[in-house]
Amino acid sequence: MTSNIILDPIQFHLTVSRLCYELIENHDDFSESVIIGLQPRGIYLVKRIKSELNRILGEVDIPVGTLDITFYRDDFRRRDIPIAANKTEIDFIIEDKNVILVDDVFYTGRSLRAGLDAMLAFGRPKQVEMLTLIERKYSRHFPLQPDYIGRSVDSLSSQRVEVEWKELNGKDLVKLYTIDA
Amino acid sequence: MSELSVDHLLGIKQITKEDIELIFKTTDHFKDVINRPIKKVPSLRDITIANLFFENSTRTRISFELAEKRLSADIINFSASSSSVKKGETLIDTVNNILSMKVDMIVMRHPEPGAAVFLSKHINSRIINAGDGTHEHPTQALLDSYSIREKLGDVKGKKVLIVGDIIHSRVALSNIYALNMQGAKVCVCGPPTLIPKHIKELGVEVEYDLKKGLEWCDVAMMLRIQMERQNERLFPSLREYAMLYGLNKELLDSIKKEIIVMHPGPINRGVEITSDVVDSKHAIILDQVENGVAIRMAILYLLASKIERA
Repeated sequence: MTSNIILDPIQFHLTVSRLCYELIENHDDFSESVIIGLQPRGIYLVKRIKSELNRILGEVDIPVGTLDITFYRDDFRRRDIPIAANKTEIDFIIEDKNVILVDDVFYTGRSLRAGLDAMLAFGRPKQVEMLTLIERKYSRHFPLQPDYIGRSVDSLSSQRVEVEWKELNGKDLVKLYTIDA
Repeated sequence: MSELSVDHLLGIKQITKEDIELIFKTTDHFKDVINRPIKKVPSLRDITIANLFFENSTRTRISFELAEKRLSADIINFSASSSSVKKGETLIDTVNNILSMKVDMIVMRHPEPGAAVFLSKHINSRIINAGDGTHEHPTQALLDSYSIREKLGDVKGKKVLIVGDIIHSRVALSNIYALNMQGAKVCVCGPPTLIPKHIKELGVEVEYDLKKGLEWCDVAMMLRIQMERQNERLFPSLREYAMLYGLNKELLDSIKKEIIVMHPGPINRGVEITSDVVDSKHAIILDQVENGVAIRMAILYLLASKIERA
């Protein structure tokens, strides 16, 4: 298997930073907005976004939570090994708020579909947006699109995109893995 | 590990410590779900479950039904008193008829010990034992351990006193298996006629003096005196039983430490436990009931995940 780097650590940081400025353009001081990371991989991006927003805006209070979508997935009993659930932590009201859902990779749209379903169990938001670090183009199974995109990549279904985090893997990197012919 | 080692929940004896851990971990998530504004998840929306109650039940039946509904399963309820069982139909025939209507899982309570195990050998469906005679009541034991863990942090090393009608109690047997497996110390307490002769072989202590038992324990699990299973008179009178083995506030206050008091229900107030104890801060009886729904959701979810899609 060979791997190509899609984002190196510097590009990674610049991309997260740009995404934050795009968020600020639409959400001002976040007084009417909340950010929710989809478990399991979206939570690292959400933490990074929060600290970057605080660096730019100062110590504004931005409600940030995590949402587990395991029980809302449409592939229950279709996988060889069942997925273990993760923690949901939403200790704020989403009713009438602008919700920004966050995940590291946007691929088929199935996670977002489940995420929307899971999120609605907490109330009726005013508006929902989706932010992703990597968008894999031309691979949607649902008519869904992210609103904020770090980097769009063309990839084959046999390829794999992996986001590595400094706190987990020692370096911030995004790699595209290709199975050798 | 994200999968149970078993295809049915027939008893605690058939499962492992890792299974219990997985069930508890999953329960944590479902407890979170049932405290949300919308308490329902779509996981089991293509699963049909039959609740077969060949014996009366309120709490367990409602708890299972609620757990199934919160998981979006389709359910059918069956009670023996209003069915063809009265006309002489056998258990296998009754269940096979229900299964031919495309039912995926069976939750069964039955007065005969071993009924769930028997059924699992003869029919092709997932079975959850909701109590089989005087044998096992695994979901009750799991929710009891979960409630202890929630209150005291861990089950390991805790001292649990099970008081009352041990000989007829499926709750006691399942709890002994579950608590031992998790490293708790278990002692049973009651009149000698209500304690099975060789119970020590299960790795438990026996104490005939309730006060001594209470002074030893961290958790007192009071069992119901089962009038429906007392064909022979095993103690002189309810009044005498209440005097010697009933838990009252005076006795609870006389011991020099804080213990938690549990009861699987239904309670005979004034017999095994007095009202002032039931309603005191020591009792976690209603927490047990709440946890029961989440535990049953976890078990249904984990067993359903092993059903192959058609």
